[in-house]
Amino acid sequence: MPVDETLPVRSSHDIVIVRQVVRSWAIEIGFNLVEQTKIVTAASELARNTIDHGGGGTARLQSVRDGGRSGLRLTFEDKGPGIVDLNLALKDGYTTGGGLGLGLSGARRLSNEFDIVSRPGEGTRVTITRWK
Amino acid sequence: MERIPILKMNEFLLVSIQVDMHDRLAMTLQDDLTERIVRDRARGVLIDISSLEIVDSFIGRMIGNIAAMSRVLDAETVVVGMRPAVAITLVELGLSLPGVRTSLNVDKGMELLRASLGGGNGHRDARR
Repeated sequence: MPVDETLPVRSSHDIVIVRQVVRSWAIEIGFNLVEQTKIVTAASELARNTIDHGGGGTARLQSVRDGGRSGLRLTFEDKGPGIVDLNLALKDGYTTGGGLGLGLSGARRLSNEFDIVSRPGEGTRVTITRWK
Repeated sequence: MERIPILKMNEFLLVSIQVDMHDRLAMTLQDDLTERIVRDRARGVLIDISSLEIVDSFIGRMIGNIAAMSRVLDAETVVVGMRPAVAITLVELGLSLPGVRTSLNVDKGMELLRASLGGGNGHRDARR
């Protein structure tokens, strides 16, 4: 299994590919079914955000280790308009895209670590990590 | 074009989602189902999601939309077969599928649909 891989996130079909690759990595790392489902669902939300709000970008998968534990880190990056108010964007139910507004907040809840960097006009990078 | 088949069984429509749904497929299903409800005069829609490995907010919204649209068209929707891991994840994601009726399997889903029609004289408010 590679330890670092970057996938394009530009179309609805790419979201399906991201889900499948994240699933196979999660299985490889030894995540149980619920953990797999959570990280795959989080990946699906963030991949869709990358397309809908960022105009497309990339998904990077990294298998990470910290002492004895292993985990999966996912980084979604776009060069879109960025997010002006991060606190607002992280609120449940807040949406500018006509969705349910659960993408970011939901992905955060489904991960163990969550980090977001966004600059208006430059883009957004969201990193999540789930530990086994 | 790729499509999810919709089967007619008496006054009900049955859909079993067997593929990893991409967004366009989900939208097509939504359109096809509403058209079929009207054309077939369906009174109920049963959606089997036992093959779905995840339900994200997009698919969740689609399911909610189908339930809402069919209600407006005088049909009930029941979602059956959700996997336990999917249910756990959905709730943590923050989606509780309000307004969507669920059953554990197809048999129980059909029972629920029949019961909701069984009220007679057009009064179908068997919900809760």
